[in-house]
Amino acid sequence: MSPLLDVSGLTKRYGGVTANADIVFDVNEGEIVGIIGPNGAGKSTLFDLITGFQQPDGGRVLLDGHDITGLRPDRISRLGVARTFQKLKPFIDLTVTENVIVGALAHTSDMKTARDRALESLAFVDLLEKRNNFARELSTGQRKRLELARALAMSPRLILMDEVTGGVDQRSIVGLIALVLELKQRGVTVVMIEHNMQVIMRLADRILALHAGRPIAFGAPEQVRSEPAVVDAYLGTVTDAA
Amino acid sequence: MSGSRTDMLKTARAEPLWPRPPLWVSALGAAALALLIAYPFIFTTSFSQHLMILILLYALMAQSWNVVAGLSGQISLGQAIFFGIGAYSSTVLFAKYGVTPWVGLMVGMLLSALAAVAIGVPTLRLRGHYFAIATLLIGSGVQIVFQRWDWVGAASGLYVPIERASPWFYLQFHTSKVPYYYLALGAVAIGYLVVWKLRRSRLGFRLQALRDEPDAAASLGIAIARHKVLAFMISAAMMSVAGTFYAQYVLVLDPERLFSAEISIIVLLMTVLGGSGTLWGPALGAAILVPLSEYSRIWFGGTGRTIDLILYGILILLVCMWRTSGILSLLEERIRRRAEMP
Amino acid sequence: MSRDLILQAVISGLLMGLIYALVAVGLTLIFGLMEIVNFAHGEFLMLAMFTAFWFWALGGLDPMLSLPLVAILLAVAGILAHFGIIRRLLKAPMLAQVCGTFGLGVALRAGAQFLWTPDFRTITNPFIAGRVQIGPIFIGQPQLISGGICLLSFAALWWFVTRTETGLGLQATAQDRQAAAVIGIPTERMFALGWAIGLGCVGIAGTMLSTFYYIFPEVGTNFALLAFVAVALGGFGSIAGSLLAGILIGLVESLGGLLLDPSYKTLIVFALYLAVVIFRPHGLFGRF
Repeated sequence: MSPLLDVSGLTKRYGGVTANADIVFDVNEGEIVGIIGPNGAGKSTLFDLITGFQQPDGGRVLLDGHDITGLRPDRISRLGVARTFQKLKPFIDLTVTENVIVGALAHTSDMKTARDRALESLAFVDLLEKRNNFARELSTGQRKRLELARALAMSPRLILMDEVTGGVDQRSIVGLIALVLELKQRGVTVVMIEHNMQVIMRLADRILALHAGRPIAFGAPEQVRSEPAVVDAYLGTVTDAA
Repeated sequence: MSGSRTDMLKTARAEPLWPRPPLWVSALGAAALALLIAYPFIFTTSFSQHLMILILLYALMAQSWNVVAGLSGQISLGQAIFFGIGAYSSTVLFAKYGVTPWVGLMVGMLLSALAAVAIGVPTLRLRGHYFAIATLLIGSGVQIVFQRWDWVGAASGLYVPIERASPWFYLQFHTSKVPYYYLALGAVAIGYLVVWKLRRSRLGFRLQALRDEPDAAASLGIAIARHKVLAFMISAAMMSVAGTFYAQYVLVLDPERLFSAEISIIVLLMTVLGGSGTLWGPALGAAILVPLSEYSRIWFGGTGRTIDLILYGILILLVCMWRTSGILSLLEERIRRRAEMP
Repeated sequence: MSRDLILQAVISGLLMGLIYALVAVGLTLIFGLMEIVNFAHGEFLMLAMFTAFWFWALGGLDPMLSLPLVAILLAVAGILAHFGIIRRLLKAPMLAQVCGTFGLGVALRAGAQFLWTPDFRTITNPFIAGRVQIGPIFIGQPQLISGGICLLSFAALWWFVTRTETGLGLQATAQDRQAAAVIGIPTERMFALGWAIGLGCVGIAGTMLSTFYYIFPEVGTNFALLAFVAVALGGFGSIAGSLLAGILIGLVESLGGLLLDPSYKTLIVFALYLAVVIFRPHGLFGRF
């Protein structure tokens, strides 16, 4: 069976700086793939390239065997690829429910259906209490969950999550882990950028490690963790910081 | 999923899709509607009817701006283009071919929507300021063209030929302002109903989403460019209706006035003053600024023309500095707070 | 069409273009610093022209003498505008920024009409008048002098921004506000300085313009439109870009007026703007 997402040779340059160089990895249906790397490793750029927010200078992205390289973001989204943003982007003038309705409207134009779908999605991320608040009134952690609910409301096959645990307190992280596992159970395929090593080691089936825009390891968590290049580039800096 | 969460979901699902306004707001709305319908019989002077006709006309024009700027977040400074197209479409068709202004109204809406596509497709993908400036320049350019275009009377403009028979067919009323009043009221009612419906539709939600965060909207499958153009088209068609109506009301087309940047600016000032992005903000803004302008003209004579603009300018500046969401938001906050009281 | 006529058009276009450039550079400086488009820019130009006019009409002061006074007054107006209005608008959404400066412009224009009537005025018998003949072409002396002063102003501005410590601070603030603040540059003061310099340039341009142009409340509108075009052409935030773009607009306008119906010259300039923003969104001379 061909992988759901197949990335090969993806490259992006800004002037003289190479943000992504020849990135190769694949994601199987139902799998959780983690992406790790120090700041500036090119993780978010990789998401932007896959989801069409930036045009790659080389390489291809296949979704289910079809070439989606360079398609417009909304086209890629309609093929069932959802994403969240590291720099959160809630629709601040809408209520929480309305935010998620926008996601649910991907598949229906009936407002009642969309609203109910949105409420389910909010229940899933445990944000129902805040449903009638304006998005601007939410805390960072709540905004993250809102963004997740919004993306999930469009019933994606594949979701790309950019640092859902960043800036979130320890207790909420436990909830988020459970959430991702439940997503997996429901058959949603997940690619997640994650800084928290404990979280990613627990969740991911496979991990892609990036350093300075280049892939330095790709495989099972233990294997990636013991890779000398990863230890040098990433784990070293983490232990220094901690 | 835990039990309490299932319960909460059940409660949430049972809630009405759209929150119902509190009773006193509905009552106030009904009273306002009744007053609007009875207005020409209560206020019988020509001036008071003229004043209300202008308020209604500007309420429609401001709402048109609100659709493109308030809902989809694109600051158009060229709305006068569509006002002029509406006025010229009906008048040219009638003066040159004897076509009823009712048809001219439709043609004007169509032409305005097409013009919105022609202007919007290349410019709406520009970043905010560039689009605003582009529409400002295009508006000024269109005015220059109409002032030089001999077929439509160039700088001296056109007159709507006077027809005294079958006033409803020719949309001219020479003995009373009352028919104009109800025409304007009808146009406003339809326009506001359309926008009310739009705001609760898929399109409306998508426009508000892309206004707040275009990238997030795109990630949810919304085709940004197409939706912006769509909003611009709806806005243009609304503005065009106001233009046709205005031409039939004053019966003179002056390109200097019809395509003036002042019209584009005033609809913006009204909407922002009342509350851009809200349904009733544009009407509130029109209801404040039109009387301000008309009365200052009476009180200060000829120079009043500028006193109103001085006040407009200062008012809008203050709103932008201190109350970005407009005057209506003050009331809304109060309504919300009242509604939340046990 | 004779070669002399074209040469004449090129010279007068060039001189007018220098005025456009000086108006535009104020706009671009302000935008470059704080990403605000000053939609009241044309009205400040109008105020500068009227200030020069009243110095002449009431004080008998020739524009050449009142030039520094007008420039200083406008610079002060810029500082006041920044601290009184703009500082608050900076925190507001873009819609409020556009409408706020727009509202300010409307109020200033209407205020000028109220105080001084919509009449057209001119300064008669200035020090510099008449025209000089160079070979086959004639150049108005006021235009020639004002072109020279505009160039001098640009040279001074260039020197200030690239050679003085404050100027470098200005550049740093324009490039990255936060980083500039971190290394101890007072960004708030830099913003005010940007407004002072920007409107100071408008003061110079307005005074020079008043020696050969009609002075009336609506005069700023068209200059502001052309300044927007110049800024877009030159790239928002670029000083050299606005100089080149201003000159280009002056040339296009005067040559276009020569080749086509003069009334369409503005249209050509507007078309130029659209072509540039659509096909080269970072300006003709800007980097990609």
